[in-house]
Amino acid sequence: MQVLPVLLLVSFATMVLIDLVPGDPVRSILGESATPEQVLAKRAQLGLDQSVVGRYVDWLGNALHGDFGTSLQGNQDVGGAISQRLPVTLELAVLAALIALLLALPSGMYAAYRRGGWFDRATEAVSSALVSLPPFLTATIFVFFLAVNAQVLPVTGWVPLSQDPGENLRHAILPALALALPEAAVWMRLLRADMVATLQEPYVLAAVAKGMRPTNVVVRQALRPSAISLVTVAGLSLGRLVGGSIVVEFMFALPGLGNLMIESVIRHDIVMVQGLVFVVAVAYVVINLAVDVAVAYLDPRVRQG
Amino acid sequence: MAVAQVSRAAVSDDQVVADGVAPDPSAPTSPPGAGRRRRSRRLGLWLAVTWLVVIVLAALLADLLPLKSYSELTGVAAQRPGFRGELLGTDLLGRSMLSRVVYGARASLAVSLGAVLIGAVVGGLVGLVAGFYRGGFDHVVTTLVNSVLAFPPLVFLMAIAATVGANLVSLVIGLAVLTIPTFTRLARANSSTFAEREFVLAARSMGVRNPRILLREVLPNVVPVLLSYMSLLLAVLIIAEGSLSFLGLGVPPPTPSWGGMIAAGRQHLADAPHLVFVPGVAMFLTVFSLNVVGDRVRSHFDITPTTTGGTA
Amino acid sequence: MSTSDALPTGEPGVGDGAPLLDVRDLRTAFDAGGGSTVRAVDGVSLTLERGRTLGVVGESGSGKTVLSRSIMHLFADQAGVTTEGEIWFDGRDLRALRRPDLRDVWGKEIAMVFQDPMTSLNPVRRVGVTLSEAMRRHLGLSRSAAAARAVSLLEEVGIPSPQHQMRAYPHQLSGGMRQRVMIASALSCGPKLLVADEPTTALDVTVQAQILDLIDREQRERFMAVILITHDLSIVASRADAVAVMYAGEVVEHAAADSLFSRTRHPYTEALVQAIPRVEDEPHQRLFNIPGMPPQLAAPPTGCRFADRCRYAQDRCVDEHPPVDSDAQADGHVARCFYPVGSDEGREALERNAARGANAVGTPVQLVAKRPSRPRSKEAV
Repeated sequence: MQVLPVLLLVSFATMVLIDLVPGDPVRSILGESATPEQVLAKRAQLGLDQSVVGRYVDWLGNALHGDFGTSLQGNQDVGGAISQRLPVTLELAVLAALIALLLALPSGMYAAYRRGGWFDRATEAVSSALVSLPPFLTATIFVFFLAVNAQVLPVTGWVPLSQDPGENLRHAILPALALALPEAAVWMRLLRADMVATLQEPYVLAAVAKGMRPTNVVVRQALRPSAISLVTVAGLSLGRLVGGSIVVEFMFALPGLGNLMIESVIRHDIVMVQGLVFVVAVAYVVINLAVDVAVAYLDPRVRQG
Repeated sequence: MAVAQVSRAAVSDDQVVADGVAPDPSAPTSPPGAGRRRRSRRLGLWLAVTWLVVIVLAALLADLLPLKSYSELTGVAAQRPGFRGELLGTDLLGRSMLSRVVYGARASLAVSLGAVLIGAVVGGLVGLVAGFYRGGFDHVVTTLVNSVLAFPPLVFLMAIAATVGANLVSLVIGLAVLTIPTFTRLARANSSTFAEREFVLAARSMGVRNPRILLREVLPNVVPVLLSYMSLLLAVLIIAEGSLSFLGLGVPPPTPSWGGMIAAGRQHLADAPHLVFVPGVAMFLTVFSLNVVGDRVRSHFDITPTTTGGTA
Repeated sequence: MSTSDALPTGEPGVGDGAPLLDVRDLRTAFDAGGGSTVRAVDGVSLTLERGRTLGVVGESGSGKTVLSRSIMHLFADQAGVTTEGEIWFDGRDLRALRRPDLRDVWGKEIAMVFQDPMTSLNPVRRVGVTLSEAMRRHLGLSRSAAAARAVSLLEEVGIPSPQHQMRAYPHQLSGGMRQRVMIASALSCGPKLLVADEPTTALDVTVQAQILDLIDREQRERFMAVILITHDLSIVASRADAVAVMYAGEVVEHAAADSLFSRTRHPYTEALVQAIPRVEDEPHQRLFNIPGMPPQLAAPPTGCRFADRCRYAQDRCVDEHPPVDSDAQADGHVARCFYPVGSDEGREALERNAARGANAVGTPVQLVAKRPSRPRSKEAV
């Protein structure tokens, strides 16, 4: 099982890495005028006088009990802060993935079915363009046209789902769309390529020769085998989205993990960064496992070894 | 930030029908216009190559070109393109957009190219050995690869920048490390496939030792695949570097960068859209061209299976 | 035999005595890019009555697989494919129909069994689902009714524990069992015509006979017409009522099975028969083979397509394309040849060629050849 080593490695590496960052968090807490005794005392209090390994073991022990420590700045409970912000990032990632699927599935299927037709050629050009547009650029353009000019959608800010689903969606749609478009382009091309190959398979011809209608052939016969690559890639994307929607969160000032990550790294808030990285790594690993399960479901040949 | 790229199925679109082999009867009813499509494709490819040549030459020869310095204040701020001889206008401080775009190209291309080359060499070698020998080393490599992938890229880059200093070198190293997993996976998959082929078996049966086989038989087969992905990864890295510069964490000032220019011009989209669109278009065209070229090259060489493994 | 009663079958001897299938001058050409066209099927005519078996024999590249698809008109409305001719099936010209109407024919009135059951069954779907599909589509059965029928079909084709195998995936079955499933699926809606495209090629020799026996039995019970496509002469010798020999996209000889072997008329058929090694032969006997290769279907020669490999070829064969002639006895035995085997013209042509040592094209010719005899059919082991 890869899960455990990966998680341990990631969390340990984070600690080492942040440790290498110059700048003394203690000084930034106490200020420049702190006396050496105060610095030493604070350092001892925060456990910063131990070795990296010692600190890591301490941290791991606490983490396994769910205690991620207290933020070095502002005395925030790390676990609490993370769980407060996690839903935002998760919602963004899931929404982006859903939009991408909604765009990629039908267009990929149709482009493969009508291979070489105008739709296929048009989507090929469009997807090439979308892949070349970084989310921050698309987000900038969206913001300009939809939010500033037309005043249709809000530019920044967030309303929690539990509070007002309608408003929440209004705030979430633009960032999710900016994230979704490049993913949708990649997924669509992948699905199309796999489906074109699947449609050449003899069993598809056999289905046609049985008189099955095109919808049946494409959706019920060909989609499942073609979706395997897509599921793998989508899973990886989802994992990345959770950890990497940072730029978009920054642009739209969303209270998610990404923004918290930026702030914490800038302020050398080791404890917070440690917790954040761990959570993101867990999410990535869990999603990878889910992908393996999904692939096994889609392809029964994989199941028994 | 998308740094991990995956291999896609290589399907040739021009289906030549051999006698006796029935093509797919569920194919489109509209005429494929194969000739038309091929011609427009070739045109697209040549346009892409042309743009790339232009931008690379401009970046390389920037100092020789009759451009104003990118930090020189030419006077009037935020002017649209074409104003008083300034081909692409001026930015908020009155600096020449043309110069800034060209020097920005230099920064982006240099960083991305450096990172991709380092990543390809390191990742390629590691993956090559791991895929060939398998066993313990392979397990370790896979764990490391998964760890790097699980690690939030931004934290890593910021930490590197904060440690070594926020300069071009740290940026290149950081980005290189992030591309290594992709190259490792690619090299590993191909290496293990080739390792099972008959010509390796033949070499081994003639008494050739493993390291030599690896170097002489497997490596030459893996290199083309890696090369074919480089264009695509270059595109990804340019976007990554752009994102970083956008956040202010990339190429440090005073060197201009496309991402930084977009960030600076963000608030003024209403009255001076060229501030965003000039670097935006430049970045888009470059990335787009790299993708077009990369796809073409890749479709010739890619034998990697479509499913990239999860944690296994 | 209660299951058979419920199954739809073709009625014997109905109507005006017209054959079930009447293919007239069928042509299928593929656009191969760069302006060239591959004429895979180039003017094939044949007929088939209900309850009879037609064997179509040819080497790879002869166009027999494309013919099987063309007979069903699977290429209808397909980009890059041109078809000509008429396909009269049960009183309708299939070539006049568009795909939506053809889909009502496919699977229901004409069914196809494919060559490789490993790749012809959807690997991610259970056998039961694949079996039930056509019945639900064409016969409007509910899921449970179709499943029940599927089980009895599996039983009928000889699959043990059919109820259990309904939930199996193709990769869990052996090759022979997969082919039986394929056949069951083809039979599920009671088709009038079964097109079997090399049904045994991908199977072990021991299993081949079983599958062929199964097809035989089903044909008799359902009074189905069967087209058996194969490269193996010995199969058609024992299983077919009539045989059509294909070469380079054309039917070069068409006769009742007996007549084909006892009164072979086309030099290609003669050569094929001679090429079969026989048990009675001397040990270490050199195997006979046909020199040369089939022509490119993108650019077929003007004259007879077999001319360059034919022992009998004369100048006329190179210049003129031989039409299908009729046998003097009008028993339906036809061949595309100016100098048929066993005729006076044929004997003279052969002597002429032997004398000069080569045929009209220049290929070397020997006079001595083994006397063709009917090959023994494969027995079940």
